[in-house]
Amino acid sequence: MKVKEIIRILDARILCGDDQLDYTVEMAFASDLMSDVLTQSNDHVLLITGLANMQTIRTAEMSDINCIVFARNKKATPEMIELAKESDIVLMECRYSLFKTCGLLYQAGVKPIF
Amino acid sequence: MGETITEEYSVAGGDFSRAGYASSQIKKVLKKMGVDTAIIKRTVVAAYEGEVNIVAHAWSGKIIFQLDEAQIRIILEDEGPGIEDIEKAMQEGYSTATSAIREMGFGAGMGLPNMKKNADHLQVESEPGKGTRVEIRMERMGGE
Repeated sequence: MKVKEIIRILDARILCGDDQLDYTVEMAFASDLMSDVLTQSNDHVLLITGLANMQTIRTAEMSDINCIVFARNKKATPEMIELAKESDIVLMECRYSLFKTCGLLYQAGVKPIF
Repeated sequence: MGETITEEYSVAGGDFSRAGYASSQIKKVLKKMGVDTAIIKRTVVAAYEGEVNIVAHAWSGKIIFQLDEAQIRIILEDEGPGIEDIEKAMQEGYSTATSAIREMGFGAGMGLPNMKKNADHLQVESEPGKGTRVEIRMERMGGE
């Protein structure tokens, strides 16, 4: 699924990575626990999370995750957006709960990693 | 060829806003030197877990990064409370993390086990009350 479709389905707001609207993710992983994100070995997954801090961006950077959706109306700080830009990570915010965010994307064909 | 790169980064205990800076620098060097991407990911995930551990638990520390044609070595040394029982700390789910650490998305007792999973060789030494030394070694060829 392309970034622009994720934006449409989730009525999301893109914070950085506007030049990557055609970037495609096949799979997603949802967690507020970065320790769990760091144990998954798939590349290029979409991270759906309610944890909005610098470590979310660092975790994505180390895990080769290029795309993050912040659910339940969590806001990224300017510092987080700067760091995401450095690593070419697309950031989006959406107001839906983690459950609804996952449900909508699953329904539209995004696959789980396990 | 035959070049050896050595870099050293200092890590401040408790400074979560900067946790990951050293690992990020290491990732940039590994990328630049053309290291295999799967090895880069395992290396920086292990390094980052270790860096977060220093920030979360220790007072101060340093990370030494060495790269040559055959190996990647990352040594994480800290001055801190140390680990009372390394065997326990290697078990998934065992944690001594504070709520501040948990708020950052860590502290689930997954750090050392995940470092072990990702590293080709992992050595942990600790002296309670003084500090901890962790060495991560990766083989550039014929690793896992």
